[in-house]
Amino acid sequence: MTGTARTPLVELRDISIAFGGIKAVDHVSIDLYPGEVVGLLGHNGAGKSTLIKCLSGAYRKDSGQILINGEAVEINNPRDARSLNIETIYQTLALADNLDASSNLFLGRELIANGLVDDARMEAETRKIMGRLNPNFRKFNVPVSALSGGQRQSVAIARAVYFNARILIMDEPTAALGPHETQMVAELIQELKAQGLGIFLIEHDIHNVMKLCDRASVMKNGRLVGTVDVNEVTDDDILGMIILGKKPAKAA
Amino acid sequence: MSETGQGVQTAAPRRSLFETLEIDARLLGMLAAFAAVAIVFTIWTGGTFVGPRNVFNIAVQTVPVAIMACGMVFVIVARHIDLSVGSVLAMCSAVMAMSQAYWLPSLFGLEYGSPVILVCTMLIGFIVGTSIGALTGWLVGYQGIPSFIVTLGGLFVWRNLNWFTTNGQSVSLTDPNLLMFGGTEGVLGATASWIVGLVASAVAVLAILSSRRNKLRHGFVVKPVWAEGVMMALIVGVILFFVGWLSRYPIPEAKLKRMFEARGETMPEGYTAMHGLPISVLILILVAVVMTLVARKMRFGRYIFATGGNPDAAELSGINTRLLTVKIFALMGFLCALAGLIAQARLQSHGNDIGMLEELRVIAATVIGGTALAGGVGTIYGAVLGALIMQSLQSGMAMVGVDTPFQNIIVGLVLVLAVWVDILYRKRLGLTK
Repeated sequence: MTGTARTPLVELRDISIAFGGIKAVDHVSIDLYPGEVVGLLGHNGAGKSTLIKCLSGAYRKDSGQILINGEAVEINNPRDARSLNIETIYQTLALADNLDASSNLFLGRELIANGLVDDARMEAETRKIMGRLNPNFRKFNVPVSALSGGQRQSVAIARAVYFNARILIMDEPTAALGPHETQMVAELIQELKAQGLGIFLIEHDIHNVMKLCDRASVMKNGRLVGTVDVNEVTDDDILGMIILGKKPAKAA
Repeated sequence: MSETGQGVQTAAPRRSLFETLEIDARLLGMLAAFAAVAIVFTIWTGGTFVGPRNVFNIAVQTVPVAIMACGMVFVIVARHIDLSVGSVLAMCSAVMAMSQAYWLPSLFGLEYGSPVILVCTMLIGFIVGTSIGALTGWLVGYQGIPSFIVTLGGLFVWRNLNWFTTNGQSVSLTDPNLLMFGGTEGVLGATASWIVGLVASAVAVLAILSSRRNKLRHGFVVKPVWAEGVMMALIVGVILFFVGWLSRYPIPEAKLKRMFEARGETMPEGYTAMHGLPISVLILILVAVVMTLVARKMRFGRYIFATGGNPDAAELSGINTRLLTVKIFALMGFLCALAGLIAQARLQSHGNDIGMLEELRVIAATVIGGTALAGGVGTIYGAVLGALIMQSLQSGMAMVGVDTPFQNIIVGLVLVLAVWVDILYRKRLGLTK
């Protein structure tokens, strides 16, 4: 994937962000091509989520450049990111617990009819997409606080997928899931990839990384250790990068 | 898929009557509490409590608190609080009173009773209220000062700016048009009240039908036809009963005579007229309907509830939560001005202590109405019912001769009791741990 003449879908160049003197992300550059899954790895606090939040609009970078399809863009808030077809599935899921599935799915982008929120149509659309993602999902008329972890996750995923994302950010999408649901997420990632989406996947499970990702970028203490092609390295190499912060010799 | 959803719903176990009617259990509880209060005082007072005259008075007295409680629902749902509403009401009332009595007539040389005074006074009041609210919202939303602090400060500031506005004097309402918001001075009369009642009934029936049609169009399960019928009958029944009851409250003969004399006519022998719906109650109903519509069917309301449920999620969904906060408090301020207009018209003067401690009644009414201080949950109808229950309690106790301190003690206890019962109920249902 790397080294081709194609324009990357996303290019994060030299991104830095600090919180009160602590450099959470320190001059990190990564990129993402269409139809590619790039894994972001590192210890807790390595800066993965912070870096990705600069792209999703949750944080504002202190310095650096974000390029989408080769064009520099400014992302100052989540609305900007959404308008660039960047969708995010947060680790916390970012669901309003007191609202039902369809209200959450369309939150900030409600379907409107005659100036009023069209709940019936939004529910119908939600039923459609849930029928595809999680056919067992039935609880359409209860607050999402009444849903299981997996069901909540599928609402969050449906929200990211429904609006024709081109760039998808997934922050530990399988952390709260059982084996069956994890498999479903894996299949979904493959499907979206085949559709030409670019996906940033923050993941702790090294086996999932080896299975799902094309490339892996490893961060430590806010710095980028390196980016490797997953099928050119072993899982031990990647673990070495995470733990020791050193790039394996052959990939360097 | 809609088919799957349908399959499950039809396979669900047989549901109770209230579930089929889709009446909220909490609403049912409040209605039961209200009925209990009404029955006890009706027996105690030998029927006077539910007489047209007292129903009229309770309705009119409830209006200012209920209007502000509607706004307080949004404030509390969004995880804020507004302790300044009583003072803001007073501030708006002061500005309106001064406008109609001194500023407008002297500045523009307007004649006594000119409709321009009415319109300008209302406009000035609404602008002041909305601006105060927006300022509060800006301090909370954009500057990050907790709403408790901002509005606690506001409670002192506006109460005393109100004092300076009128120099501490009471201002009597000289403009006759403004008095129509007060209650007895502004009623529709029997015929117009019946028309309003019938129109309201028709709107309610149409709203239910259109919601049903919309659900059917998307293939969702709807209530059985008889259940829809029962709901319609209940709603129409309540509306028409209320209107009919108030249309049985006659305007005193002496007052009718004065009204005829004011127009330079003499009252025909045996002439009678009924109060019917007070304009202030009509305004409250309008506010409650519009606010319910906003809460359930508009983005603004949806965003308020989302923010209350999870502020971070709302922010990450692209909702401008800061601007939302400004809008919520601005709306609260507007409703304070509206409540002020009605309160001073009812008292026929602006006094320094107008709206004193009203913030606590408003919050109490909102909370009794099922709005959770933790945010994210609350209904407009609940808040109005809460205000109505409190006012009925006070009115009933006053009628049977309970001393004022005792009245307040009871109201305080009812507040705590209502929340306690709600917590027990939610625990039993397993809604909270």
